[in-house]
Amino acid sequence: MGKVLKSVDMNKCIGCFTCQRVCAAINHKSFTDDKSAIKIRTLGGISGKFFATHCLACTGDIACMNACPSGALTARPGGGVILNEKKCIHCKKCAESCIVKAIYFTDDNSPPIICKHCGVCVKYCPHNCLIMEDKEDA
Amino acid sequence: MLNENYIKVLNIDLTTGRVSVDLREDLMKYLGGVGVASKLLLENMVPGEDPLSPGQPIIFAIGAISSIFPVVTKTVAMFISPVTGELGESYAGGRFAYTMFNAGIDALVIKGMSMHPCYISINNNRIDIKDARAFWGLHANQVGQYIRTVEGGQGKRSIIRIGPAGENLCKIANVNVDTYRHFGRMGLGAIFGSKNLKAIQVTGDNTKEIKDQKKYLKVYNDIFNKVTDTKLMTKYHDLGTPINVNVLNIIGALPVKNLQQAHLEDDENISGEHFAERNLVRKIACVGCPVGCVHIGQVRREFDVGHEYETLNVAYDYELIATLGSDLGITDSDSILELIDAVEEYGLDAVAGGICLAYATECFEKKIITEEQTIVPLAFGNKDSYLRAIKYMAAKENDFYAALSDGVAVASKKYGGEDFAVSIAKNEMPAYHTGYGAIVGYSCGARHSHLCNGGYSYDQAHHEFNKQELVDSIFDEEVKRCVLNSLIICLFARNVYDNPTILSALDAVSAVAPENLNDEYLEQLGLRIYKTKLLIKQALGFDLSKIQISKRVFTTPAMGEILDEGITREMIEMFKKKDEELLASDI
Repeated sequence: MGKVLKSVDMNKCIGCFTCQRVCAAINHKSFTDDKSAIKIRTLGGISGKFFATHCLACTGDIACMNACPSGALTARPGGGVILNEKKCIHCKKCAESCIVKAIYFTDDNSPPIICKHCGVCVKYCPHNCLIMEDKEDA
Repeated sequence: MLNENYIKVLNIDLTTGRVSVDLREDLMKYLGGVGVASKLLLENMVPGEDPLSPGQPIIFAIGAISSIFPVVTKTVAMFISPVTGELGESYAGGRFAYTMFNAGIDALVIKGMSMHPCYISINNNRIDIKDARAFWGLHANQVGQYIRTVEGGQGKRSIIRIGPAGENLCKIANVNVDTYRHFGRMGLGAIFGSKNLKAIQVTGDNTKEIKDQKKYLKVYNDIFNKVTDTKLMTKYHDLGTPINVNVLNIIGALPVKNLQQAHLEDDENISGEHFAERNLVRKIACVGCPVGCVHIGQVRREFDVGHEYETLNVAYDYELIATLGSDLGITDSDSILELIDAVEEYGLDAVAGGICLAYATECFEKKIITEEQTIVPLAFGNKDSYLRAIKYMAAKENDFYAALSDGVAVASKKYGGEDFAVSIAKNEMPAYHTGYGAIVGYSCGARHSHLCNGGYSYDQAHHEFNKQELVDSIFDEEVKRCVLNSLIICLFARNVYDNPTILSALDAVSAVAPENLNDEYLEQLGLRIYKTKLLIKQALGFDLSKIQISKRVFTTPAMGEILDEGITREMIEMFKKKDEELLASDI
C-alpha cells in the first residue's frame, strides 16, 4: 500500500500556485517555483482551464526508472519512483522518457526535481483540487 | 532584493534601445514597492514637460516580500498621470509581480519612445525590444493571444498590454494585466501609447534560496492559516467586492445616474447576490493568493439570426458595477458585463470610462450637447448606445469623444457642465459617496483614490463627526498604507498584515536589519515614503488649496447627509498643514 498524488478536481482550481510555492519551499528550500515538482498550467492564458502537471505515479513498467542508467530511481510503494540522489549522474534521461514532462532539471549539475508524493501540496491546496489516493502495490 | 543588500533596477530606453542595470544599496531605506518606485519617479521625471512626452518615465516595482508570502501579489506602477498632471500611481495583481520576482527584477524604469510600435520581452537577464507593428490596433485580449503564441513560458509568464485607447493616447486608457487585472486608473495606457509600447511580457527562473527554512515556513503557515481559516478574507472570495452593491445602496452611497442620486430604488438585478446566481462561473486568483477574489461572470450574446451566440467571460467587481451600471442607469447584470467587456477590449479604465459616459449622458439630456457630438442618442439605461460610445471614445471618433476620452475635467472645460463632471483633482471620483471621510480622502490622497487612505471606511465606521480626528485618522492611514504598498500586499489583506505580522515576515527572510524590526521603523518608513510622494507632487506644482472638487459631490446626499464644501475645504487645509509639517521635517 502507498499513497499517491492525484489532481482530481482541477475545475475548482483558482490558479493561486500555493502548491508550487510550498513544494519548492519545503522540498527544495527555494523561493523559486521551478523547483516545485508540481506545476500549474493553463492553455490559452489565464482564461483557459488550469491543469496540474505532476508525476502520475506509474506502476510496473516505469518509463523514467527504466531510462535511468545509474539505478538512481527505484519503484515506490503505490506508484512513482524514489530518487537516490547519490546515484544520480544528472544525465536527464529520466526527464526525456517521461511523456507527461513531470521531471525537471533546473541546472546541469543537480539531480532532477521529481515528485515523491509527500502530500504537502495537497495539504495546502485551498480548494481541495488535489488528493492523496491509497494505492495497492503493483 | 531578497537575500541581497540592494534594489535591482532595470533601465530600458526605448529611444536608444539601450538597457542597463543598477544595483542600488541606497534604495534599501525605501524597502521596496511604492517606496522604491516613488524615489525612482522623483529622480527620473521631468517636471514641466507633458506627461506624454518621450522623456517621462514609467516605473514598475515589486515589494520586499513579493510573491513569497500569501496575498503579497501586487506590482506598483508610478508615472506622471496624463489625467491629473501630477503623481500617478496604480496597482495591479495577476502574475506581473510573480514574474518580475522570478526574473530577479525589483524595479523597472522605462523611458524614451520607440521609432515604431514595439513590445518588451524580458526573460531573466535577456531583454529584447521587439517589433509590434502588426499588433498596433489590436484589442487588449487579441494582442495577449498573439504574444502567447510567439513567446514561451506557459503558466509562468505575465503579459501586460494596451488596447486601441492607449495607442490613441486617450488619457483614461488603462493597461491590461494578464486578461483579468489592470493598471486601471490615472492613464498609464496613454503613456504606453506615447512610447509606442504595446506590451511587456516577463518570464524568469532565477533561483533564490531560503536561508532559514524553519523560520520562513512558520511565518508562512501563520499567515496562510489566517488567510484561509479565519473570517478575515471570506467576503472577498464568497460574493467578492460586489457584496458592496447592496451594502452601499442601503446606506445611500452608491452613485446613480451620474451621481444625481446615491440610492437605487431597485438594485435587485445588479447585486452581488444576483451576479453570483445568474452570471458567476468561476473564481480565480492572483499568483500567491489562496483567496481567489477574481469573479468571472458569463453572458451569452446573440450576434446573428439563426441562434448564433457568443459567450463573454468577464471579470467583475463592485466599482465597475457602480460606474458602468448604476451610474449609467443600467440595472441588469448581463448588460453590465457587456459594457465591462467593451472597456476591456478597447483598453479604457472602467471607472473613469463609466463616469465619462454618465457625464456625457447628462450633458445630452440637458441639451448642452447634441447628437452631432454624441453620434448616438445617449440615455441612462441605454446599453446599446453606450457600447458604441465606448468605441467612439477609444477611437477619438470626433472632437467631442476625443475630449471625453481625456476625462470629464477636460471635456467639461470645453463643453460645459463642470458642476456635474464628477471628478476630484481632475480624477474621476471613486464609486463610494460615503461622506466627508471619502471626499477629504480622495482630495488629499496622493493619487486621489479611495485606496489611498480608506476614507470611505472611516465614514462607515464613525458616527461622531470630529474634523481633527477625521483628518488625523485619514493621514495616519495614508502613511500606514505606504508601508503595506512597499511589501506589496493586496490591500484586501490589510487586516491580515498588521505590524507584528509584517515584522515577522520581514524577519523570516532577513529583509531588514534586526535592529529595524520594530513599529518605530515601520512608521518612519511610511513617513519617508509619503514624504517622497509629496516631494513629487510639490515639484509638479500640486497645491491642495487649489484642488478642484465637483459641485455634484455637495448636492447629492452622501449616506443621507448633504456635505458642506466649506467644511470639506477646511479639513483639506488641516490635512495640507500636516503635509507641510512632514515636508519640513528631516525624515
